[in-house]
Amino acid sequence: MSTTRGNAILNVEHVGMKFGGLTAIADLHFDVQESEILSLIGPNGAGKTTAFNIMTGFLKPTQGRVLFRGRDLSQTRPNEIARLGLARTFQRTSVFADDTVRDNVLIGLHRHGDDTRAAALLDRLFPTPAARRAENAVRERADAIIDMVGLTARAGDKAGSLSYGEQRLVGFALALAVEPKMLLLDEPVSGMNASETQGFVRLIRKVRDEGVTILLVEHDMPMVMEVSDRIVCLNYGRLIAEGPPEAIRTDPKVIEAYLGKSAAKLEQREVAHA
Amino acid sequence: MTRFIAPLFLVVFALLPLGLTDPYLLNALIITGILTICAMSLNLLLGFTGQLSLGHVAFFGIGAYVSALTALGFDVSLPFGLRVTHEGGAPLLGFLLAILITGLAGYLIGRLSFRVRGAYFVIVTISFAEVVRLVALNWVELTQGPLALTAIPNMVLPVPGLGDVALRSKMQNYYLVLAVAVASYLLIARLVASRFGRAMRGLKENESLALSLGINATRTLTVAATISAAMAGAAGSLYAHYIRIIDPDVFLFSYTVTMVIMVVSGGKGTLAGPLVGGILFGLLPVALRPVMAPEAQWIVYGAILIAILFLMPRGIVPALEGLGERIAARRKAGDKPTDVMPAKMGANP
Repeated sequence: MSTTRGNAILNVEHVGMKFGGLTAIADLHFDVQESEILSLIGPNGAGKTTAFNIMTGFLKPTQGRVLFRGRDLSQTRPNEIARLGLARTFQRTSVFADDTVRDNVLIGLHRHGDDTRAAALLDRLFPTPAARRAENAVRERADAIIDMVGLTARAGDKAGSLSYGEQRLVGFALALAVEPKMLLLDEPVSGMNASETQGFVRLIRKVRDEGVTILLVEHDMPMVMEVSDRIVCLNYGRLIAEGPPEAIRTDPKVIEAYLGKSAAKLEQREVAHA
Repeated sequence: MTRFIAPLFLVVFALLPLGLTDPYLLNALIITGILTICAMSLNLLLGFTGQLSLGHVAFFGIGAYVSALTALGFDVSLPFGLRVTHEGGAPLLGFLLAILITGLAGYLIGRLSFRVRGAYFVIVTISFAEVVRLVALNWVELTQGPLALTAIPNMVLPVPGLGDVALRSKMQNYYLVLAVAVASYLLIARLVASRFGRAMRGLKENESLALSLGINATRTLTVAATISAAMAGAAGSLYAHYIRIIDPDVFLFSYTVTMVIMVVSGGKGTLAGPLVGGILFGLLPVALRPVMAPEAQWIVYGAILIAILFLMPRGIVPALEGLGERIAARRKAGDKPTDVMPAKMGANP
């Protein structure tokens, strides 16, 4: 089982996914190195979200396999994958709307200090001092996470009442609550304005600096170019390019498939800045 | 505001029998209490996990039969010449066995149906209740079938200083039901506030998100079903030792419907909801009986139910909560009536 090459934390090995006659992904093959920020880009319908759902166990690939820290995920359920330390955020539904921000994070922390001893069961049923200590520890941890994403002022508000950008931060906080070794972010800055996006980029870097590997799916090209160590580009379910942002930016296949306008715009912007 | 409902009810119902001597009313209160325990247990599933058990009466009935048979004893022959004989034992043992066996039944039903959930769970629970009813009706050697199990002994509790006390009077049974109801309420309150409760809430609100956070859906729902079933089983045991005669009618679908009405009208997913709904719809027939003809009673019962669900679709307790919030908001606004103006003026000095 130990097929980890170098210090790759995630290996996507020749993964294919067919929905009936439609090939969503064909022979996708790449590695994610530990503590890097890797972006997965490609036009709409290129198979990015499908790839995401396969990596997190929400879909089972029709071909190939995904290894997380050397462990094959093809027989692993989503909740078990989360427990292995691979957390994700969602493109749309990303919060428990009827709960406060703090309660959201507390749900995410549901297995904080997981303990299966009989005493822990008793603690759950009776308000023993140990139970109170554990509860306080969980609440402190929740407040620390909320502080990290910058939502302390909204901690008591219902998540559903927050702005779209803030809800994305709640989703991010939830994923952090799992205490992951790797985070998969599905279009995390969509719906955020420029300054919120900048704040989020700083946040991603901070989390990465704490040793969490990041895999990002995003349409915001300037943001992707700025934050990524490496980029993987998909089109029609196939990998068409892989490399550092500078290489991807100038790759003719990428420009043709997807970046055409954005790249042109980027270059213009750089000219304007110069 | 709704936080005070349960303590208020506890005080009222703890003191009520002191001024109440009518055995008919006391009986109605005991039956209402037993059904309210069932409603609380159903609420744990329906309200807090969103899974509807339409066969909840099965757990109630199994609890009643297990407890009765433990106390009465039985002598059944099984296939392959096997023979099981039980002499009859302490009702308290029956109570504990009822909890254990119904908990096990809830666990099995949960394991069977929670991989698919939703409508499948509803169907599995309905079928389960019907199968159990038919077993109770036809396994005459064990259950006496339609002839009913009779002369079930009253509950016997070991009381320090007095030895074993048989709870023969209505008053004693009333306080036993009240004690079990309080214990059930506290257990649910504690569960809901715990990590386990957070997992349940997460699953109910957004299952994909909950799964991505590592919440094990099947296990969480199965544990909820086990506890819920065991609680209904405890209520069944109380019923058997109070009424002292049970027949397969304890599995009637209408009991399940009553439990669902209690939970939904009171407010599913709230701690106080099943208490309010349970006491309202448990005692409503008693209140209507002296003032109108039997046919009219059920029409009024239905009309009141429809009116409640029409005016308060989420139930009485959530409606009260909403009202409390609105009053608090108005009071806040009333304290600072010039709130908007100074802000505007401050912006334009």
